[in-house]
Amino acid sequence: MAKVVAVTGNEACANALRQVNPDVCGIYPITPQTDMMQRFASYIADGKVDTESILVESEHSSMSACIGAAAAGGRVVTATSSQGLALMWEMLHIASGDRLPIIMPVVNRALSAPLNIHGDHSDAMGARDTGWIQLWSENGQEAYDNTIQAFRIGEHMEIRLPVMVCLDGFIISHSIERMEYLEDQEVRDFVGPFKNFLPLLDLDKPKSYGPLILTDLYHEYKRAQHEVMTKVKDVVLDVAKDFEKLSGRKYGIFETYRLEDADIAIVILNSAAGTTKDVIDEFRDKGIKAGLLKPRLFRPFPFEEVAEALKHVKAVCVMDRADSFGGYGPLFMEVASALYPLERKPLLLNKVYGLGGRDYLPSHAAQVLTELHDISRSGKVNVLKEYIGVRE
Amino acid sequence: MAETVEIRWHGRGGQGTVTAAKVLADACLSGGRYVQAFPEYGPERAGAPLRAYNRVASKELRMHCPVLEPDVVTVVDATLLDSINIAEGAKDNTAFVINTTKDPKEIRAKLKAGPKQRVVTVDATKIALDCFGRAMPNSPMLGAVCKVTGLISIDHLLDDVRKSFGKKFSQKIIDGNIEATKRGYEEVKEG
Repeated sequence: MAKVVAVTGNEACANALRQVNPDVCGIYPITPQTDMMQRFASYIADGKVDTESILVESEHSSMSACIGAAAAGGRVVTATSSQGLALMWEMLHIASGDRLPIIMPVVNRALSAPLNIHGDHSDAMGARDTGWIQLWSENGQEAYDNTIQAFRIGEHMEIRLPVMVCLDGFIISHSIERMEYLEDQEVRDFVGPFKNFLPLLDLDKPKSYGPLILTDLYHEYKRAQHEVMTKVKDVVLDVAKDFEKLSGRKYGIFETYRLEDADIAIVILNSAAGTTKDVIDEFRDKGIKAGLLKPRLFRPFPFEEVAEALKHVKAVCVMDRADSFGGYGPLFMEVASALYPLERKPLLLNKVYGLGGRDYLPSHAAQVLTELHDISRSGKVNVLKEYIGVRE
Repeated sequence: MAETVEIRWHGRGGQGTVTAAKVLADACLSGGRYVQAFPEYGPERAGAPLRAYNRVASKELRMHCPVLEPDVVTVVDATLLDSINIAEGAKDNTAFVINTTKDPKEIRAKLKAGPKQRVVTVDATKIALDCFGRAMPNSPMLGAVCKVTGLISIDHLLDDVRKSFGKKFSQKIIDGNIEATKRGYEEVKEG
């Protein structure tokens, strides 16, 4: 039986972790994630979980501790944001290179300098190439559901990769919203017992993690990481199917909204997608065929499926809450790559919005949809990449 | 109830404004409704002006941005009337719920409220001082908002106040807040 609650995104993720009851949790505070690990630390202190906490002196140490615990043979979690994720950077590659299924909610926050504590996607986009699976979440419900599903995906015996679950800092992490919790037992049954794969603590069979591999086999090792990523998509969909049976909530590798017959479309991640959907309804009421595509699985990126979903659209704006200075926004680069092989493809443009927590308002969505509508009729893109909601 | 009710709270850090928005959201969950409660985040300083928001709707809430055109504006600290424009984005029929010792007619004139805009006052700070000895006007303001919006019954709200405050405070403080919420509900004046 689902329980209806009004809770924050942080609270929901902490509760998902409690329900899973992992073996080890690396804990280090950073805004806006702090509240999630604080809540989880309370569960540990109150005996609500059997988890062993490792309190560390930095996020680099936190991820190092998680890597050690996961290689030893435990189900391991942590959570971070912003500078914390940036400080983990070299260890993130080790977690994925050693194929350790560590689960980590990332409460998305801007990167310094200048110092800013608010939500944008610079942190997780900076970790795009670390070999982690990334799931993105529109609201607290999706963050909770993705956190639970992440265990099944990352720990799948054919995958064994770490997973980040991304949710927007403050906008979702600190906002109370209605959502539904599953029962503890339902979550435990869904996730199942942790299955070990080559644990270091199997002392009868000694083994080594992360040894030196030079020009002889490193290339092949990395190719194997690419290969395993190609299998993730199907596992994500299988897990989503099981999750739907349990919860009634349907997940894919991305969500489409009124896209099937759309002439214009916005591609956008996380909480801003919800605001955009409301504005799309207004445009539909005016007779303008607008739609939306919201990626859920960003790594690996489902290029063929995204191309298939967007190929009939006349003009598409990819909206990025992060920038690659001197390049296009990271989401734009993926969507442009996805569309490139098509013979007939949509006109494409890129807007950067909401950096450092700048509000993304319905008026911004309306501005973009109006421009897309003009482009769909004129066939001309004036400015390919542009900042919106920016003070001039 | 309209499909969606949007509320903007104005208060100062330390008055329990964010807590009030959270309690209201929780209380409004009943009947399968969708709710949101979120503050506008900045450096948290006692006494600094802050805003918090609620949305209550009969269908799923997808909007994730501040409330721009509030149906209800709640002012927990009357000194804010002189320092910020609390009527920003107000609609023709927005209701203002103000914690003040002044008469609602005086506040109506000050706000230059339109004919369809409701202006409701309650002396929430005095109620709080009477009931539990602290100038913490959030619980009587909750009572007043409950009365003005009709989103939930007062009994339901009192249950929720008991539940929310019960986690943190002594029985004496809880009882005081229950009494204060009830009096906030009963003592609203409209003009």
